[in-house]
Amino acid sequence: MQMPQPREELLAAKDRIVARLEEVLPDDAVISDEIELKAYECDALSAYRCPPLCAVLPASTEEVAAVMKVCHEAGVPVVPRGAGTSLAGGALPTADSVILGVARLNEVLETDYDNRFIRVQSGRTNLSVTGAVEADGFFYAPDPSSQLACAIAGNIAMNSGGAHCLKYGVTTNNLLGVTMVMADGEVVEIGGPYLDAGGLDLLGLVCGSEGQLGIVTEATLRILAKPEGARPVLIGFSSNVVAGACVSDIIKTGIVPVAIEFMDRPCIEATEAFVHAGYPDCEALLIIEVEGSDAEIEDQLSRIVAIAERHDPVEIRESASAEESAKIWLGRKSAFGAMGQINDYMCLDGTIPVSELPHVLERIGELSEHYGLRVGNVFHAGDGNMHPLILYNANEPGQLEKCEAMGADILRLCVEVGGCLTGEHGVGVEKRELMETQYAPADLDIQMAVKDVFDPGWLLNPAKVFPLEVSASRRA
Amino acid sequence: MKRIESEAELAEVVAGANGALRVKGGGTRDVGAPVVGEVLEVGISGVTLYEPGSLTMVVGAGTPVAEIDAVLAAEGQRLAFEPMDHRVLLGTTGAPTIGGAVAANVSGPRRIQAGAARDFTLGARFVDGQGRIVKNGGRVMKNVTGYDLVKLMAGSWGTLGVLTEVSLKVQARPETEATLVAEGLDPRAGVAKLSAALGSPFDVTGAAHEVGGRTLVRIEGLTDQVAYRTGALMDGVLAGFERIEGDASADVWAGIRDVAPLAAAEGAVWKVSVTPGDGPALLEALGDRVQGALMDWGGGLIWLRVPERGNCAAGVLREAVAKVGGHATLVRASAETRAQVPVFQPQPAPIAALSRQLKAKFDPRGILNPGLMGV
Ligand SMILES: Cc1cc2nc3c(=O)[nH]c(=O)nc-3n(C[C@H](O)[C@H](O)[C@H](O)COP(=O)(O)OP(=O)(O)OC[C@H]3O[C@@H](n4cnc5c(N)ncnc54)[C@H](O)[C@@H]3O)c2cc1C
Repeated sequence: MQMPQPREELLAAKDRIVARLEEVLPDDAVISDEIELKAYECDALSAYRCPPLCAVLPASTEEVAAVMKVCHEAGVPVVPRGAGTSLAGGALPTADSVILGVARLNEVLETDYDNRFIRVQSGRTNLSVTGAVEADGFFYAPDPSSQLACAIAGNIAMNSGGAHCLKYGVTTNNLLGVTMVMADGEVVEIGGPYLDAGGLDLLGLVCGSEGQLGIVTEATLRILAKPEGARPVLIGFSSNVVAGACVSDIIKTGIVPVAIEFMDRPCIEATEAFVHAGYPDCEALLIIEVEGSDAEIEDQLSRIVAIAERHDPVEIRESASAEESAKIWLGRKSAFGAMGQINDYMCLDGTIPVSELPHVLERIGELSEHYGLRVGNVFHAGDGNMHPLILYNANEPGQLEKCEAMGADILRLCVEVGGCLTGEHGVGVEKRELMETQYAPADLDIQMAVKDVFDPGWLLNPAKVFPLEVSASRRA
Repeated sequence: MKRIESEAELAEVVAGANGALRVKGGGTRDVGAPVVGEVLEVGISGVTLYEPGSLTMVVGAGTPVAEIDAVLAAEGQRLAFEPMDHRVLLGTTGAPTIGGAVAANVSGPRRIQAGAARDFTLGARFVDGQGRIVKNGGRVMKNVTGYDLVKLMAGSWGTLGVLTEVSLKVQARPETEATLVAEGLDPRAGVAKLSAALGSPFDVTGAAHEVGGRTLVRIEGLTDQVAYRTGALMDGVLAGFERIEGDASADVWAGIRDVAPLAAAEGAVWKVSVTPGDGPALLEALGDRVQGALMDWGGGLIWLRVPERGNCAAGVLREAVAKVGGHATLVRASAETRAQVPVFQPQPAPIAALSRQLKAKFDPRGILNPGLMGV
């Protein structure tokens, strides 16, 4: 993975830039000490690191605007940062960039149950948005597994999803409005607590733009009334293919599970060793969750079980209590951690048509053998969003490169079968150079033209999303 | 008029055009400032892929919505966003196409629960103003690869590009539906009931109030579930409501979807989007200028009929809307009126500037539906 060469003139101007930022921000909001800057040298894609020129932690939209004016004047690239949990290197700095962290923007500004929205500052964590409304029977639906740590700002930038988005949609479907600071420091409001745009849907464009169009400082989010209850069923299968077919069959019926999660044998074994969730010994398992009253849950689960029984399940475990539900979810929720116990891993995120699941899982198995790297699969099966975790040893020379090559092959496979490179983690730096496998030059050019409109100087997170060579002339 | 049946031909025609083009699907949604130019009818039609087990469908943009409905119905599925049929309100003829529904981001009552047309459009292919063929998104349910131009195209009314193909996420038809009805509530009381129902755990999929008429709440799902949920609502926040079922329930929502209660009488019709709580005050502010009103989306979508005189109350209405936040679109009015009164809500300067600049990137010669959205 390559990053553009930092500009010498900016590196040389560090003291001046820091001084200017210190003029417009409170004392403790500018970090320029090399040791302290280590905290900002990477996100959750920790294979790639680089400390920034400096980091700033503004605490209001006005302070963000002031920072952007300074950086705009000085021509310094700005890398926005939420909680730094991106798995795509979205928050990875370059040596000549300023990290703009929104961690101090964490207030709830307004909650309105009659109109079912909440307005928050963008640095607030995903889980604490639900936390703010839960006692009153509401929740914020998108629930990335990282929800304890990740910020709404990052969720908006990446258009993050979660286990429950099969029913409730991803961030873009639950975002009503933003306050955003443009690259030149101008503050704009897009959308609001009402539905749809009056003109062009700029909100839809901003969501998922990976911090390249503006700095989101506030967000209006749709909140929903909590269902009466929820319970999962766990179903084990003798092969990936059979589990995949079962997913398709369930989706076709009128039942809308809130989640259909899939784990394959390597993943099941790893989590068993790690948390002893008591999962069955099988090739693949599905965790399917439904919502409603007790009777409604019974009704839906019995229909799901009836479909599953046509697929020769190895085992069916219907949860009858909160403890059993927690046990069923335990393994799934610990899966990434469990794989991390075994080795370093790279988590991919390609999405494929659900009908291609069996074929793609088989091909991934073949690639695993070819490269000699183990892979575990744990993912949101209902919507075809795969998460192959490739295990490698970072300390062994050549393994990271091998892992990257295998990852690229898997993603190409996803595109080949009609899918895409990334379903929820974003392109960042990780999938940047693969964009041309999914998009033709004209497709990328018009996306870059959108960035030209919002950020003519290409100062916001410039080295992401687009292949470096393709964006080179614009970044110059 | 040119009717075009392939993407390649469309690209050629747009690239070679030397004047304004009026992009047309079925021609049933004659909304926006009148466009003068050669009519370009997108006849790229047909279902190219349909996988019921993946809930996805890829179709030519010129495919009639009715054809899609029929193909989906055969597999027990449907379009979740319930696109309005504008013929009822506008008195237009022709067959609504899916391209038109997406380009206009047309959604019905279920928008409040399931989402809008823009939320169910997974991917799009289009020809931009220079005749370049562009694709964005794909046919999978989750996709964050690059910028989401699909959302931008949805609701751009053919001003940024001509859609040639869209991929859609579809939905399984529920086993059954029922509607709870009450008569005689005023807008404040009606919206309060809708908010209470939408704030319940029962997953309401339609919440409307006919000003001067019925207040309506829809539940869809498994048979026992619908019985239980409607029962729980009638025992609780919707005490005094009555239940109607089956076709009678479906008919109610087809009427709301198509704004049928306001269609028959003469007059200009506005579509206003605000928060539900702001709706009743807005109606009060407009006073007797309003000759008929229908509130959908829990009260947040207000259809208003006013006399077609002068600027059709645009001044008062837009001022009131701007104060609370939202937007007002003049959906039905004569071409002369639509040439005078801005049809779309005027945007704050920085947003208007961004919109203008985007238009200039997508359509540098300004030939695609010029002026339709006022940008
Ligand atoms: C264990 C684990 C599990 C995960 N599970 C999921 C999952 O289930 N679903 C999922 O979708 N993702 C998941 N992720 C990925 C990650 O958590 C999400 O991408 C998340 O939204 C990132 O949020 P963040 O606040 O950490 O953002 P960061 O990592 O700080 O930044 C992410 C991107 O957002 C941009 N950005 C940050 N703040 C702003 C701002 N104010 N304005 C504009 N742009 C900004 C950054 O520049 C960067 O491009 C997981 C990650 C981990 C480590």
